[in-house]
Amino acid sequence: MIIFKEAHGRKKIIIIIIIIILYCNKTRSYSSSRHEELKNKPILESILTVNNLTKKFGFLAAVKDLSFSIEKGNVYGILGPNGSGKSTTLGIILNVVNQTSGDFSWFGGTTSTHNALKKVGAIIERPNFYPYMTALQNLKLVCKIKDVGQDKIEEKLALVGLQERRNTKFSTFSLGMKQRLAIASALLNDPEILILDEPTNGLDPQGIHQIREIIKKVASSGTTILLASHLLDEVEKVCSHVIILRKGEKLYSGKVEDMLATHGFFELKTADLNALVTLLNNHASFGKINQENGLITAFLKEELDALTLNQYLFEKGIVLSHLVKRKESLEEQFLTLTNTPTTINKI
Amino acid sequence: MFRLLQIEFIKLWNNTAGKLLIISYFALILCMALIAAIKFDIGPIEFHVADQGVFNFPYIWHLNTWIASGLKLFFAIVIVSMMANEYSHKTLKQNLIDGLSKKEFIASKFLTVFSFSLISTLFVFILSLVLGLCYSDFTEISIIFSDLEYLLAYFVKLIGFFSFCLFLGVLVKRSAFALGFLILWFIMENIAIRFLVWWLVGKEASENIMRFLPLESMSNLIKEPISRFKAVKSMVAQVGEVMNKDYAVHFSELLIVGSWTGIFIYLSYALLKRRDL
Repeated sequence: MIIFKEAHGRKKIIIIIIIIILYCNKTRSYSSSRHEELKNKPILESILTVNNLTKKFGFLAAVKDLSFSIEKGNVYGILGPNGSGKSTTLGIILNVVNQTSGDFSWFGGTTSTHNALKKVGAIIERPNFYPYMTALQNLKLVCKIKDVGQDKIEEKLALVGLQERRNTKFSTFSLGMKQRLAIASALLNDPEILILDEPTNGLDPQGIHQIREIIKKVASSGTTILLASHLLDEVEKVCSHVIILRKGEKLYSGKVEDMLATHGFFELKTADLNALVTLLNNHASFGKINQENGLITAFLKEELDALTLNQYLFEKGIVLSHLVKRKESLEEQFLTLTNTPTTINKI
Repeated sequence: MFRLLQIEFIKLWNNTAGKLLIISYFALILCMALIAAIKFDIGPIEFHVADQGVFNFPYIWHLNTWIASGLKLFFAIVIVSMMANEYSHKTLKQNLIDGLSKKEFIASKFLTVFSFSLISTLFVFILSLVLGLCYSDFTEISIIFSDLEYLLAYFVKLIGFFSFCLFLGVLVKRSAFALGFLILWFIMENIAIRFLVWWLVGKEASENIMRFLPLESMSNLIKEPISRFKAVKSMVAQVGEVMNKDYAVHFSELLIVGSWTGIFIYLSYALLKRRDL
């Protein structure tokens, strides 16, 4: 910088040119090293990689510096309270919302986004179809857009149980049927990944059950699934991996079981509480021990099953009146992570 | 390209209202043939339009394209709703998610507009040819196929106008409002800009500027043919006026409308690209 200030006229131009050349070289070497990196990629097939994604609506940042990746064969859940940026994130990766900064790539970045989307099945919020067209006509149109043959239509209609209604106009469908048609349409190309945004929102219990059954069926066939939801039990039941968002920031991403307390905890009751607490404190497997209303909660540091513990305590002369081994629920974990006071639930 | 046209065809043809409007548009063009049937028979005065030379080659090319282009406003409803419906049904979003790129989306709409303009031009050509062969006083090949530039002007005019409608559909997102905006734009061009410039600079400058505005340049492509008609001409001559009007289609006018077409399609694409859906 100092050199630059002192230089005049022609020298200044030369310095600028040198800087440009240096910069070009740098970016070139960067891109070639990136290329090497892609070549030596691990065997895990990456479906989607998101790097430092940010989306601002005016001053409000809906998504902040979000990075994650999705590998083939897993079922992912995006969890977060309302307004945490789930739908915005999905909108960006699905090409309908423009990101402010950051990037994402489908299938290792080998194809353009819209071509990649032909291998993706996605349902965002409410099902959108042409109301004046029948179920069959709508699905035929989707086939044309995705550039696939129409031979799968009947099979997928059967999967979601809409075969009898195939020649009825979309506008006459109930919400549950619309949602099921959307799933059929998303599956038409036998997608590599199925993306669902709040698929059970606004459905009655029967509808919710039907949709979950379909999702389970699809998941069991080995399709990768990305499920955005604020319904925890939904995610807990279906997903193997989870990404937790709050106010556009990633709080956690990884396996569901890693997120739940690693080894669970025991709830114990006995006549002589103090003896039990001392015994547990000296046991190598236990970490934190809480005592509340005559109930002892002992958190495990390593795996230990109830049978072994019971036998051990019995040998030491302690007879239990209550023994339960539990894992923390996703809900408890989620609330701790998103910093919402759990006491509200207890009232 | 064929795939994009097919996509748009499925969307349009399964829409009863859209189908009805398209069919009636072509039916209305067909109704031009009915001019031939106009006959006054008031005692001693017998007047048959078809015998007055309106269907003479090459005048018929000018007359028919001018009348047919008046019907384009009717078809604008189809074009505007074709675009605006994608927004109101939110199917635009779904199309993009299903793997249509924004470029392909605009391309499919433009291709549809292009095909409709082409079909409409062919339709007018065949209709005029048939009418001319029935009623024209001259049927030499060289005369029949002279002045065909009116058909080219008609084609360019339709594409330009429909592209404008497409752009309004993208901009306003609601078909009724977009049509309202179209009328508002017409009033603005013809009253606000024309008279503002007239008042500020003068009549000549006003006319020069008007030539470059989208709707005015489109209507300039094919000038009104009525005053060119022999009977009208002789009437004017009787009053003692001499009319020297230029009826030809000029290349510069085609270029202006062509540029507007490009601008509207590009703006539609740029707008779509910038928007979050």
